Order: sequence, then structure tokens, then C-alpha cells
Amino acid sequence: MSWFRDFFLPMQGTSHAAAVDNLFMFIVFLNIGFFLLIAGLIGYFVLRYRRKSAHDRVGKVTHHLGLELTWSIIPLLLCLVVFFWGFKDYMTATVAPGDALEINLTGEKWIWTFEYPDGMRSLGELYVPAGKPVKLIMQSKDVLHSFFIPNFRIKMDVLPNRYTEQWFQSNIPGEYQVQCTEYCGKGHSGMNAKIVVMSPTQYEDYLQNGPPNLRSMPLAELGALLYESRGCATCHSINGTKGQGPTWTGSFGNMRKMTDGREMMMDENYIRTSILQPQAMVVSGYEGIMPTYQGLLRDREILALIEFIKKQK
Amino acid sequence: MSSHTLPAPGDTHGHDAHGHHDPNLQHHFVEMAQQFDTAKLGMWLFLATEILMFGGLFVGFGLQQAKFPEAFKAAHHHLDRNMGALNTVVLLISSFTMVLAVWAAQTGRRKVLITNLILTLACAGTFLVVKYFEYSHKIHDGLLPGKFFHYAQGQPNEYIFFSFYFMMTGLHGSHVVLGMGAITWLLIRAIKGDFGPGYYTPVDLVGLFWHLVDLIWIYLFPLLYLIG
Amino acid sequence: MATTSTPVTHHGGQHAPHASYLEDPQYRGLMSWLTTVDHKRIGLMYLWSVLTAFLLGGLFALALRLELLTPKEDFMTAETYNKVFTLHGAVMVFLFIIPAIPAALGNFVLPLMLGAKDVAFPRLNLASYYVYMTGAIMALTAILTGGIDTGWTFYTPYSTTTGGAVTLMTFSVFVLGFSSIFTGINFVATVHKLRAPGMGWFDLPLFVWGTYATAIIQVLATPVLAITLLLLAFERMFQIGIFDAKLGGDPVLFQHFFWFYSHPAVYIMILPGMAIISEIIPPFSKKHIFGYRAIAFSSVAIALISFIVWGHHMFTSGQSQLAAVIFSFLTFLVAIPSGIKVFNWVATMYRGSISLDTPMLYAISFLLLFTIGGLTGIFLGALSVDIHLHDTYFIVAHFHYVMMGGTVIAFLAGVHYWWPKMFGRMYNETWARIGCILVFFGFNITFLNQFAMGAKGMPRRYYSYLDQFQGNHIGSTVGSWVLALGLFIAAGVLLASLRKKYDAPDNPWGARTMEWETQSPPITHNFPNNPVMQHGPYDFDAPAVRRES
Repeated sequence: MSWFRDFFLPMQGTSHAAAVDNLFMFIVFLNIGFFLLIAGLIGYFVLRYRRKSAHDRVGKVTHHLGLELTWSIIPLLLCLVVFFWGFKDYMTATVAPGDALEINLTGEKWIWTFEYPDGMRSLGELYVPAGKPVKLIMQSKDVLHSFFIPNFRIKMDVLPNRYTEQWFQSNIPGEYQVQCTEYCGKGHSGMNAKIVVMSPTQYEDYLQNGPPNLRSMPLAELGALLYESRGCATCHSINGTKGQGPTWTGSFGNMRKMTDGREMMMDENYIRTSILQPQAMVVSGYEGIMPTYQGLLRDREILALIEFIKKQK
Repeated sequence: MSSHTLPAPGDTHGHDAHGHHDPNLQHHFVEMAQQFDTAKLGMWLFLATEILMFGGLFVGFGLQQAKFPEAFKAAHHHLDRNMGALNTVVLLISSFTMVLAVWAAQTGRRKVLITNLILTLACAGTFLVVKYFEYSHKIHDGLLPGKFFHYAQGQPNEYIFFSFYFMMTGLHGSHVVLGMGAITWLLIRAIKGDFGPGYYTPVDLVGLFWHLVDLIWIYLFPLLYLIG
Repeated sequence: MATTSTPVTHHGGQHAPHASYLEDPQYRGLMSWLTTVDHKRIGLMYLWSVLTAFLLGGLFALALRLELLTPKEDFMTAETYNKVFTLHGAVMVFLFIIPAIPAALGNFVLPLMLGAKDVAFPRLNLASYYVYMTGAIMALTAILTGGIDTGWTFYTPYSTTTGGAVTLMTFSVFVLGFSSIFTGINFVATVHKLRAPGMGWFDLPLFVWGTYATAIIQVLATPVLAITLLLLAFERMFQIGIFDAKLGGDPVLFQHFFWFYSHPAVYIMILPGMAIISEIIPPFSKKHIFGYRAIAFSSVAIALISFIVWGHHMFTSGQSQLAAVIFSFLTFLVAIPSGIKVFNWVATMYRGSISLDTPMLYAISFLLLFTIGGLTGIFLGALSVDIHLHDTYFIVAHFHYVMMGGTVIAFLAGVHYWWPKMFGRMYNETWARIGCILVFFGFNITFLNQFAMGAKGMPRRYYSYLDQFQGNHIGSTVGSWVLALGLFIAAGVLLASLRKKYDAPDNPWGARTMEWETQSPPITHNFPNNPVMQHGPYDFDAPAVRRES
């Protein structure tokens, strides 16, 4: 029957998903059964008792207590079954085991940021080990969001000034789509993220060296990717227009005046410092509003950005 | 057929028929008592909506108070209990004069009716004057929420208390003003001599409304002024 | 008694003893309509107004479906799309569905069913219409001056921080709420005080029970929405902070307040629909309604339980687990009375004499669609499954099956049923049935696809989406065209009938409720003399009554 389930539901990423699906399919059969019963009765009555003349003989019964009790009590009992079944799985889904890997999740218009216990952060991509419970401690910086992982059948709203939690444990390595399901404005449809479930050895490797698919990527290409995905593009243009921060076009290797009057050469060291301690040297004419990327970028990623900036002539 | 049909008092031609019976009887009612009962039921339903509307604020206040008990207790010291108590007394008196007004209308005492309506209006006016002094004092202290709020001392969440304070007393105050409008209208009609033992529905209904306004204040006073 | 029974097929039009309310010589010209206190005329003014709102909301829906034909941006930007789906929801809910059945059809039919000359407070009734129009004009102004992109639910803190005309829209809904309260007060008082002599509570037609239960909810729930929206508007204007987390307030409190109104409001929308179905199935089966008391009491039960299930809109909102469990349990309780009604309606058809005229076709459509709407609600009451389905297209499909498949189809059934009474004309039966069948299939194509993609994880309120969902989106969009075609045919058929002379019999369907005992269309004061209850509303054995002056 799994083809029948797959017709309705996305692939199962966790054992909780399997439990939810069992109830879902139970209700599907319940629905089909009751619908066929009611539609069948209507169809039969319409055909059988179609009006033939204005003086058809009709039934005289106006009520029947036994019948009415039957169709009140049977649905009620079925509803109670569904209630307890849903209740049981809900409790397992909301109470995380004590040994879970805790990850802080921040939602803001319109990106998801994950912070690992060691302080490492990542945007829009969460890498987790397979076979280990993962607990998300979530909060929002602005409006309501909701973190929905269809394959895990879980979802929870993300609120400002308050923490909400959810957890999962996936044993199947792979990539899982995350979508925002609480309306949050213009970028709501695009507020996606990815959860990558890895085998434990891959996960250790990831903690050391970053995502495997990026490791072999040429530096400049990786830089271009980071430019978009890490939010640089919001303030720094690569077509020469002035944004919240200086454009990257034609900047590398030139001298610039700082707000404190010094002249600085735009070289590798300047860029590295500006990424890690943005307030140290701010180019004249701009405000020091850039957040630090300390802990957000690995060494190779900084090199990649420098390489990318060099290419912007 | 005729045995099944009630005599219809002059209703066959609708509005034309007003001359045949009490001019205050609307065409779709059979008799004055039915019209009076219906109007009263309508008023009670309206009062139910009023209670539920204030109910929302009361529930919100209760939830926030449970969340920040200290802040609410600290904030309520800014309110002047004496002024609150004075206003409670004033409103209670106005309810009493309103009762007298209804009685006067029922028993056809036109002068007593007019006097009591004026007294009720005077009490309502007094209430608003006292409220004016309370408000201006608080605004002076920078307790009005929003961009006017500049009261820096005290607990961080006193802000919410004053939001509720101004919302609740403001909404109540607007009801006092509406009530005064209605009483003024009664007064004009009373002077014209519209009311008597046969027809005093408007006086009765406005009376009910006025008691509700009074009742809400009786809940608001301890809730806001007498915490802890 | 014998003098009162004339053949059901009596043609009242040509030989009408009195001019109908539509051309009473005492009330002529535009001003007589604008100042009318006649419940029938106010009902008609409401009817045209809500139909205009339905057209507007429907055009918004078609635009949304067109944008969703492909996964990427086609002709609407994200901002435009967000505004259009907000308007679709707000217009449909506040300007169309809530007033549609009570204020338009109910106003017309309720006093006639009771044998009354008017509602209890005719001037309040007219005031309710003008308050409605004021709210509608405010809503239009809000749409034209900046629009609203909050969704019809106005969730904080998005609604307190976004731009546009949200404050004006909030006040508009506040005002519309009062129109709804006025109608509610009027109906409760009318049912209590203006019943014909001899008409006890269990002689009331079930439409009256349904609208009575609705009116109770309108009176008790709408004020809470009013205060919520007032707080929201003040939040936007003066930052009072009650819903603002930064100032110590609580954004989830808004959701509690909002759903405390809006869940009962769901029953403000569906109960009158159910009430119409209870009225239509008996005459078209020529059979007494099955389980009268069960249907009547279930309406009241639904009205009461509806006040304590609001939390099932918030299973993923961060409310406590205990609260979620309690609300889930209560939700299953409210499902039972609805189920009872469906079984009772079906049982009414058993051994009847069933004729499939247009109102009955719509009623059968309602039975099938509402059954799907109700059954799919079981998924959403179950906590663990709801967590997966919440805020996906599954929800969108579910509430459209209840609101559109239920209420709107019932509204259409009611319009076709009472049209001869309201306007004195019969419409083209063949084309009306074609319209109904197209609506039925178009609706199913549109929303079955949405169930499918919702269960697969397609979130709602997305203007662009993942490629995997495109198949279902195309199906849904094509379905919306079929649905629109059906609705336009239905509208055309009805409007075309207005060009004819009066040709409707007083009682074209052979019904036994009192509104059919007066002429079609009725005279200004409804009945030539004060009617008295002579037989039950579903007593098809009793001879028909026609009241001559």
C-alpha cells in the first residue's frame, strides 16, 4: 500500500513521519468510507425515489431514535480514536529527548540562521548527523515565521521575544526542504532552507572543513556563491553603484580614505580584517553598520571572497 | 378561516392606520406591550455585546497582570484612589437619579423626570471633569503610551499597565459621553412631554444603558485602582 | 379551513389582489428604496451588495489562480500577490459570506416564515445596511489608498509593522462588525417576539433555528473582534504595545482574541447554509424533515461549542501542549452535530418523492461537498497530523470546501429557491442546472488539487513555489475557470429572468413554510391579514394554505 501513501504524502524522513502517516492513512480510509456511504445513499435515493407524479406515496417516518443515536455514537467513537492517536504522536513529537543536539535557530525577514553549540553559524543550511536527535530552539528577530519540514511532518511557529522548540531524528542521510509557513511578507515564498542529514563521519568532517560539495569548488566560484548566500549582496554591489557599503567593483588594490582620516590599501589583509572586525576601518562616507562574520565564515571561505573581490574590476 | 385569524388592529394599510391607535405603536406590532418587551430584549442583547467588548479588555488585562504582577502593582500607585473613589460615588448617584427618572416617566411626573435627567447629566459631567484632571496629571507625568511615554523610573513593564488603563477608561469615558448624548435627547423629548405611563420605552432603555456604564466603572475601579 | 386551501399551482402574478412590495404605489422611486424600512427591500439591497462583493472577491481569486499557473513570477510581484490574496480573503469573509445568508436571504425570508410583518427593529435593520455600506466604502478606500498585505487574519506583529492602509481596513472591519451585530440583535428579538399566533419553538422552520443560532453567535462573538481590532488600530497609531513583544505585550494574545471571534464566525458562515439545506430538502422530497429536533438542537449545540474550540487554529503557534490537547478534544466534539445533520438530511430523502430542480441540485452538491469539507476536518483536529498540514494548501482546500462548497453553494441554493418569491419570476431551469453542474465540477477540480498538494507540503500564501507542485496548480487554475463559467451562467440565468413579466406561482415548489402562503412577490406588509399557524413547516399531508385578503 505504500504507493497509495506516496500518492498523498511526501517521502518519510523520520520514524515520526511514519507514525503520522499511519494516522493520516487511517483517516483517509475513514474519509473514503464515509464519503462513499453518504454519496452512495444519496445516489441510490435519487434514483430509487425519483418523483414520478405529484401524488407519489412517500414514507411517513419523521424520526427514529435508535438510528439517530447510531449515527451520533459511531462517529463519536471513531473521533475519539483519532483524537487519542493524534494526541499520542503529538506528545512524542513535542517532547525532545534529553541528549538531543541543540541548535539555535533565528528567523528574520527572510532568512534562517542556525547556530551550533560551538558557535559556528550557517545561513539557510543546517547540517546534522543521522541517528541523533536534534532539537531546534527557535526565535524570530521580527515578525512571526514558521519552520516547516514536510518530510519530517513537523512545523512550529517562530516568535519574537519568546523561544519555541521542535525536534527530529532522521536516520536517512539526504537533503530535506524547509519552508516558511507563517506569512511574513514580500519574501515569504522564498524563505526556504535545507536540512542536510549526514552520516556521523561525514558530520565530523563537515564540522572541520565545511560542506563537502563546496570543498572542491574553485575559489572565485565559491566566492560568487557566498556573495549571494551570505548576504554581502544586500549592501555591496558588483556593478559600481553605491549601496549601504562600498561597491566591490574596481576596489581591490586601490587606496581609500577612512572615516578616521587614514589612507588604507584595499588588499587581502584589509578585506580579511573588514570581514572579521568590520568596525575597525570604515571607508569614509559610510556608516559602520556591517555585522561581524567571525564564526560565520571558514578560512577557505574568506579566501574565496577575497578572490571574488579581486575579480571585480 | 375567520376563526383562525386574529383581529388585526388597523394593520391592513400599514402606516396609514396610525390614527386608529397609540401613535407610538409601530405597524408590525400588535400591541404596546409586545413592542415594549421587544425593545427591552433588543436592549439587553445590545448590553450583552457591550459586556463582551469590555470583556476582551478585562481578559487581556488579567493575562498581562498575571505575567507582570510587580510591574502592575508599581504602576497602579500612579493612580489617585481618592479621585477614583469620588468618581465611583458620582456614578452611583447618577444611577440612582436615573432610576428616579424612569420611575417618574412611568408614573407621569414630568417635572420630576426633567429634574432627575438634569441631575444625571450633572453627575456624568462631574465624572468627566474628574477624569480630565486625572488624565492631564498622567499625561504630564509622561505616562501616556506611544511616543508620549517618557516615564523612565520604575519597572520595565509598567508601560503595558498604562496602555490598558487608557484603553479601558477611554472606552468607558466614550460610553459616558454617548450616554450623555442619549440623556440630552431624552431631556428634550421630556420637555416636549412625549413620555407618560403609556409610553416611556426610551427612558427605560437609556436607563438600562446608563446602569451598564455605571456597572463597568464599578468593575474598573478596583481592577485598576486597588491592586494588591 | 376549506376556504383557505387553494391549489399549490395558483398563479398569483396576474391576478394579484395587491401590488407587490416591488411596485407599491405608496413607495416609488429611488428615495423610497434608500429610506425603506421594509425587510424585503433591505434584504434585496443587501443581496445586490453582497453579490457585488462576491464578484469582486471572485475576480481577485481568479487573478491569484492565474498567477499560480507557473512556479515563478508571472504578472504579479510578491507585493501585489500579497495584497490580492489579502483582499480576496477580507472581501469574501467580511463583505460577502458573513452578511450573505443572514442579511440578504434571512432578512427577506425570516419575517415571512414567522408570519410577521417585519423584523423587530426595522430602523435598526436599515441602519445595519448603511453601516455595512460605510464599512464597505472604507474597505474600498483602503484598497485604493495603499492596499493591505496582512492576510485577512491581521496577525501581529506583521500587521502592526507593515505599511499600507491597514489601520483604515481595521476600522472598516470594526464597522462591518456592528452591521453584523445589529442584524443579530434584530433576528433574536424577531424570533422571540414576532412569531405568528400558535407558532411554538418546535413549529419554527429549521431555517429560523439556524439563523437564530447564528444571530446568537453574532451578538456574542463580534464584540470581541471589535475590541481586538480597536486594540490593533491603536497599536498601529499609538504603539500601545499590548500585542508588541518589544514593549512587553504578546503577539499570540492577538491570535487568541482573533480566533475567539473568528472560529465562531466560521459557524456564522456555515450555520445559515445548513439552515437553507434543511429548508430545501423536504419540499423537493415531499417528505417531513427527518429528526427535526436533532437538527434544531445541533444548530444550538454547534453555536455553543464553537466558542471553546478557537485554539485549534493555533496548534503550531506556541500555545501550551495542554491547551492544544484540550482544544483538539473539543474540536472533535463540535464535529459530531455537523455529522448528525448530514445523516438527517440524507435520511429525509429516503422513501421520498425526489425532484431534481435547481435548488435541490445545489442542495445535493452541498451534501457532497460539505461532507468532504467536514471529513477532511478530522485530519486537522488530530494533533499530530495537523502539525504537518497546518498552513498548507490542505487547510486552504478544507475551508474552501466548508465555506464555498458549504456556505456559498447553500447560498446559491437559497437564491434559486426563493428567487420566485423575491422577484416573482421563474428562471430557465435547464440553464440553471447546467450552471449548477459546472459549479460543482469546477469547484472539485479546483480544490481537490489543493488537498493533494497541501498534503505534499505546499505552504499557503506563496506567490512562487517549488516546481514539483506545478501539476496540481495547473489543475487548480483550470478548475477555477470552469467554476467561474458556472457562476457566470447561473448569474446570467437569474438576471435574464428579471426581463420577464411576473410568472411565478405563489408556491412553485409545493413547500409548507409560511413564506409560500403569500403572493409572489409579497405585498408590502407581507400578508393580507395576520396569519395563524395552521400546520407544521414540513407537514406535506396538510392541505396547502393561501391567504387571500
